[in-house]
Amino acid sequence: MKGIISTSVAIVTGLIVLIGYLFQIPILSDIRSLILDWAVILAAMMIFIGVLNLLSVNNTRVNNKEKGGFYSLVLIISLLVTLLIGLFLEPGHSVMNFIFYSIQLPVEKSLMALLAVTLLVASINLLRRQPNLFSVIFLGTTLLILLGTVPLPFGELPFVGDVLRPFIAQVLAASGARGILLGVALATLTTGLRVLFGADRPYGSK
Amino acid sequence: MNWSALIAFLLVVGSAGLLLGFAILKRKTPPSFREIPAFIRLRQAIGRAVEDGSRLHFSLGRGDLISPQGAAGLAGLSALRRLADLTSTSDRTPIATSGEPSLTVLSQDVMQASFQEATGGSHFDASGARLTGLTPFSYASGALPTLRDEHISANILLGSFGVEAGLLADAAERQNSYLLAASDNLLGQAVLYASAQEPLIGEELYAVSEYVNHSPLHAASLKVQDILRYVLIITMLLGALLKLAGLL
Repeated sequence: MKGIISTSVAIVTGLIVLIGYLFQIPILSDIRSLILDWAVILAAMMIFIGVLNLLSVNNTRVNNKEKGGFYSLVLIISLLVTLLIGLFLEPGHSVMNFIFYSIQLPVEKSLMALLAVTLLVASINLLRRQPNLFSVIFLGTTLLILLGTVPLPFGELPFVGDVLRPFIAQVLAASGARGILLGVALATLTTGLRVLFGADRPYGSK
Repeated sequence: MNWSALIAFLLVVGSAGLLLGFAILKRKTPPSFREIPAFIRLRQAIGRAVEDGSRLHFSLGRGDLISPQGAAGLAGLSALRRLADLTSTSDRTPIATSGEPSLTVLSQDVMQASFQEATGGSHFDASGARLTGLTPFSYASGALPTLRDEHISANILLGSFGVEAGLLADAAERQNSYLLAASDNLLGQAVLYASAQEPLIGEELYAVSEYVNHSPLHAASLKVQDILRYVLIITMLLGALLKLAGLL
């Protein structure tokens, strides 16, 4: 019974939003706006539930003295301290800005820097993992784009920087990317239709 | 009359008609899609995980359900349901991580439904579905301990991932565990192509459910995608020819 109700709600809501989006019928547009407002409120509630889930999982890790439990403790303390500061001060307050710009942002940037090294190693390993023509083309293209983009001590490489790189980036890569995005868009359409037909039910019921 | 809305409506209605038609007509014939080696190895990895009592880690990415990236999250949830059903006989339930709270709640719901159907309503450990972070890198770094410390033998990354997926792929490689990864994001796809053991490109992300476990509507949706692709190719070629002829 629960499954039938949730599936019916999903199908009716999906149809109203879809038709309200495509055609400007006043009553449907109003209902669509209302449903979207509800969705935004639900999404905000989900963030709250998600943070509780984050706290709960890390709290379990600390209580069970699991490996990495110390980091979970640091996470819990940081989360609670930030939450309390955020509740008592305004979001744009200098302390909040300090937490964001001096802790959160540098940590994320250092992870980005780490990713650059990780990707370099992964690229070297690519030929071992997938020794085929596509890997060679992938690595060759990456190298050419890098050579045409990075500032070199002896200046821009002739032909690579002004002809080859723009041709690869703006013609070959852009058309390939459009092809992939068109495929993704078509798949998105059929995925949406499967949800509308109740074939995909991402809310638990069979 | 808004012509673009009308064309979009006809496209949606036409696709829906084709989807239902194929699902009804072809419901008894087995589908014949091209073999994708990654899916053969995925089935082997699932079998190994069930046999040796290790766990499956499923990561759903950061696709907000009320944004265009939501479809990737829905495709991931659909695949999670099928994989959770397949591993229901395993000693350990899969772990699902995500960087978007709505996906966390839905993955918990999906895994709970699968677990309770398989066990006849036993208590489900809700900590199997986890929100690991709300920004791209906090999500990736929060998921790393799961890959490292939870006896994971196979990782499946299906959803909307950006460059942060490279950190997850690297961790899976270090643990010597199986990794199948797909993203709807172009940057994510490029990073995963270089770093993942089994990268999927483009719309292959949305085909995982059908390849893992056949259902008539999923098979029909792949057929409809193929037809729409041909329609698109013909339309673009016609447009180019008309443009060359100076008629557009």
